[in-house]
Amino acid sequence: MANSGQEALVDLRQVRFAYGDREILSGIDLTVHRGQVVAIMGGSGCGKTTLLRLIGGQLKASAGNVQVAGQDIGALNTGQLYALRRRMGMLFQFGALFTDMSVFDNVAFPLREHARLPESMLRDLVLMKLQAVGLRGGHALMPTELSGGMARRVALARAIALDPMLIMYDEPFAGLDPISLGVIGQLIRRLNDALGAASIMVTHDVAESLSIVDYVYFVSDGRIVAKGTPEEIRASKDDFVHQFVHAEPDGPVPFHMKAAPIGEMLMGEGAR
Amino acid sequence: MIRKLGAMVIDGVWRLGFATRFLFLLLRYSGQSFLRLHLTLREIYFSGVLSLLIILVSGLFVGLVLGLQGYETLQRYGSSEALGVLVALSLTRELGPVVAGLLFASRAGSAVTAEIGLMKTTEQLKAMDMMAVNPIARVAAPRFWGGVISMPILAALFSAMGILGGWLIGVAFIGVDDGAFWSQMQAAVDIRYDIINGVIKSFVFGVAVSLIAVFEGYDCVPTAEGVSRAITRTVVSSALAILALDFVLTSFMFRG
Repeated sequence: MANSGQEALVDLRQVRFAYGDREILSGIDLTVHRGQVVAIMGGSGCGKTTLLRLIGGQLKASAGNVQVAGQDIGALNTGQLYALRRRMGMLFQFGALFTDMSVFDNVAFPLREHARLPESMLRDLVLMKLQAVGLRGGHALMPTELSGGMARRVALARAIALDPMLIMYDEPFAGLDPISLGVIGQLIRRLNDALGAASIMVTHDVAESLSIVDYVYFVSDGRIVAKGTPEEIRASKDDFVHQFVHAEPDGPVPFHMKAAPIGEMLMGEGAR
Repeated sequence: MIRKLGAMVIDGVWRLGFATRFLFLLLRYSGQSFLRLHLTLREIYFSGVLSLLIILVSGLFVGLVLGLQGYETLQRYGSSEALGVLVALSLTRELGPVVAGLLFASRAGSAVTAEIGLMKTTEQLKAMDMMAVNPIARVAAPRFWGGVISMPILAALFSAMGILGGWLIGVAFIGVDDGAFWSQMQAAVDIRYDIINGVIKSFVFGVAVSLIAVFEGYDCVPTAEGVSRAITRTVVSSALAILALDFVLTSFMFRG
């Protein structure tokens, strides 16, 4: 695995998560090292976002161990969890910008909440973060005035405001045009390298992800079914990986939902 | 049928428990609302100042109607000078807190639910939580206290405008004696028994409406339909809570 010499920042061991009797994830082993960009891929509803929530401490694992920066997430109280989250950044699917604040105030929000800085220093920091995502010129705009890609970039600037050690991305490419998609992809890679952080992104965009990440985990039905570097993934003979990477409509993930035989249903009582 | 009824009762009890736990958390994290006063002042502006127009205009009209109806009845018994007393007592004891509370729930309560509900739908609350900022302390508590502080002031202004409306009709238009109108009011209205009890009522209504509004927003299903249902529940539950609490408070406060 790339960067395996670096410190393991996120370490999941035999993690299981269930809502009551409904099992969402089971037997998850996942490691992310400092400096790495890791993608978690899989179809919709396979448990990818749940994995991110477990790492961020928004959910607690039903069994197993989730460690971030050497701390067991499940054993932390609210204060300790918040202290750890100050060292994490998260980009939500549609940015989740605060709609009553300008772009500047959105990026300044975590700094104002957690760092007691003079207003002049805060202004410089915010403008530098916006410069990093190419939107210094839009600091006075309101979120409603931004395109989807711009909103995602502002949210990214906000996520890195406190120079986090770990950045999580929930579907960072969803609904973006090809230019914005490329911009976000490059920003994820560049910012991760510049900050010396680790990044985990949940996505189903194969082409963009494989071009920027160091390692990929494939999740299906709540389990990790394949993992490897982008080269290993591209060369994989695994049926699931092949179907996913080549966007084939049928395979281990079937086109048809489980049902009784069609003849039985068409001619049976239910049809009448 | 029985199963449905059982599910409804269980759901109701569960929500009541959740709301109580929510109130406990609100109070626990209220310190920030007062330490960072600008957050609460902003909510007082949105809930209180922006509700002023509807409260003042409604208060005036209620006072005008009270003046007309009151005069019509009192003059039959030759006691039209007591119009000031009737208008003032009706407003400070009952109509001020109750009608202002109902208007406050429709104008400000629904807006608070919609705002928090939309923040939940667009993952803003989750984003805040992930930034190690407690959404109950940062979003819910200032809105709760903004409402609690605004409500008694709005009710007092409603009553004041109502009395002005009663004076306009009674004294300026009908010709009731001006001195008698004010002096009888002054003699009959007791600060502790009438005014303070009215303020206590409006404070209790403010707590109820604000709690319902922030809770419904925080607890809503994060979809467009979920937010719309939450707003409806805020208005309906607030109205029922105000009327029920009014009965309970009146039975303790004004027992003759």
